[in-house]
Amino acid sequence: MNEELLRELVPAVIGILRRRGVDFAAAEDAVQDALVEAIRTWPTKPPRDPRGWLVTVAWRRHLDAVRSEGARQEREAQVEAEPAPAPDTVPDSDDTLQLYFLCAHPSLTPASAVALTLRAVGGLTTRQIAEAYLVPEATMAQRISRAKRTLAGRRLDQPGEVHTVLRVLYLIFNEGYSGQIDVAAEAIRLTRRLHRGTDHPEVAGLLALMLLHHARRPARFTAEGALVPLREQDRRRWDTAAIRTGIQVLQAALAQDRLGEFQAQAAIAALHADAPTVEETDWVQIVEWYDELVALTDSPIARLNRAVAVGEAEGPRAGLAALAPLEQSLPRYEAAAAYLHERAGDAEIAARLYGQAARAATNQAEHDHLRRQAARLTTAARTE
Amino acid sequence: MAKYLLLKHYRGAPTAPNEASMNPQEFDAHVRYMEEFADRLKESGEYVDSQALSPEGTFVRSDGPGKPPVTDGPFAETKDLIAGWMAIDVDSYERALELAGELSAAPGAGGEPIQEWLELRPFWTDQPPTIE
Repeated sequence: MNEELLRELVPAVIGILRRRGVDFAAAEDAVQDALVEAIRTWPTKPPRDPRGWLVTVAWRRHLDAVRSEGARQEREAQVEAEPAPAPDTVPDSDDTLQLYFLCAHPSLTPASAVALTLRAVGGLTTRQIAEAYLVPEATMAQRISRAKRTLAGRRLDQPGEVHTVLRVLYLIFNEGYSGQIDVAAEAIRLTRRLHRGTDHPEVAGLLALMLLHHARRPARFTAEGALVPLREQDRRRWDTAAIRTGIQVLQAALAQDRLGEFQAQAAIAALHADAPTVEETDWVQIVEWYDELVALTDSPIARLNRAVAVGEAEGPRAGLAALAPLEQSLPRYEAAAAYLHERAGDAEIAARLYGQAARAATNQAEHDHLRRQAARLTTAARTE
Repeated sequence: MAKYLLLKHYRGAPTAPNEASMNPQEFDAHVRYMEEFADRLKESGEYVDSQALSPEGTFVRSDGPGKPPVTDGPFAETKDLIAGWMAIDVDSYERALELAGELSAAPGAGGEPIQEWLELRPFWTDQPPTIE
């Protein structure tokens, strides 16, 4: 069974139920039930018309749900009179687009928006989402139903801010992945689909950013799971086709001349991806893009990354000077300082800073990597 | 989202609730408070897991290849007591603090909040975010 095809159909089927007068929360529940049923039965009994099958089953589930709610008879009679399937005058893409905005509604917490987007737009099951985020299925189910309660009664027909949608997609892409679903790949699929329906350059910018980072994923870890920093990655393992696509998408976006933070980040990723070796990296241009990014976002993290790039473009002392005015409490400040001090020849300071950075790490792979750096410098000092 | 462990040591609390300090009703109230706390987290989609532990454990150490492991304890001294833990998945550190504060206020003797020092420890994730 092609699960991706199945997932692609979900938002359209939710749209069809909504146009038959079912509210979003109930329509989404009914389609989720149909989806679970499809995953169970399609492998042995593939339907001739997958979409029609989903609509029929979801509709039946909805009727069952209405009946079991003990709804008043007249209301029941009303639903029983199944509307002749409205001619699909509204293209699916419009329904789907509306769902993106709905699921990323600013009244939702980030975690709820992520979960709801993956279920209603992404067509994943609650269990798949729960596995991906390492929480019990019941917890994820609660998160989703609370999100839908939050949306109840809000005006949902107005187009939202595209940036709220992009932030949710970015979160989905950027969180770690586990379980049977590759959440990062799902985020790319969802962003690509949004990109097809809108010509906003930041949507393209985010898609390019994801493609360019995803392309490097095979080289990011050793077979044993240890983190490999960008400069030490085996560039032959980068996915060149994804890089080419990413760069094309980015160039088309930049041509619109409406720069935004995702385009700037993608431009930096593209300059890395485009360099055949680390020595051939165009650090001067990368620093310029960080300047753009800092101007756009005023983000301290962007300033930190810029300082590291300055260290490459103009030498480690210049990098340390760029680092000096920043808050030491910034995430990865010590790791950046350690790296620049080592390049500047202060192995002792670097070793100490790597040790501090390891203690401040928030994930296993990074902690182990920083510990290894500290150990490498300490061992080197002892054998001198 | 970030996951945190709430570790219950009963540190700084007048007494651990399994000791004689509470009458049965007070003890039940204490347990009920924690169950209701967990139920609220299940309802809000922030619950991950929880477990109560026996107060007494065994210390185990390898004694070298081919030898059975050495054991020690249990130790009566409860300085390192871990009575149980709860794992939560929340939107922010602030929310984690708020919940830890709430759990620390479980009622003890006389129905008074025990105000134990709860230990709040962030989970490490496996991997760094893809975009750094």
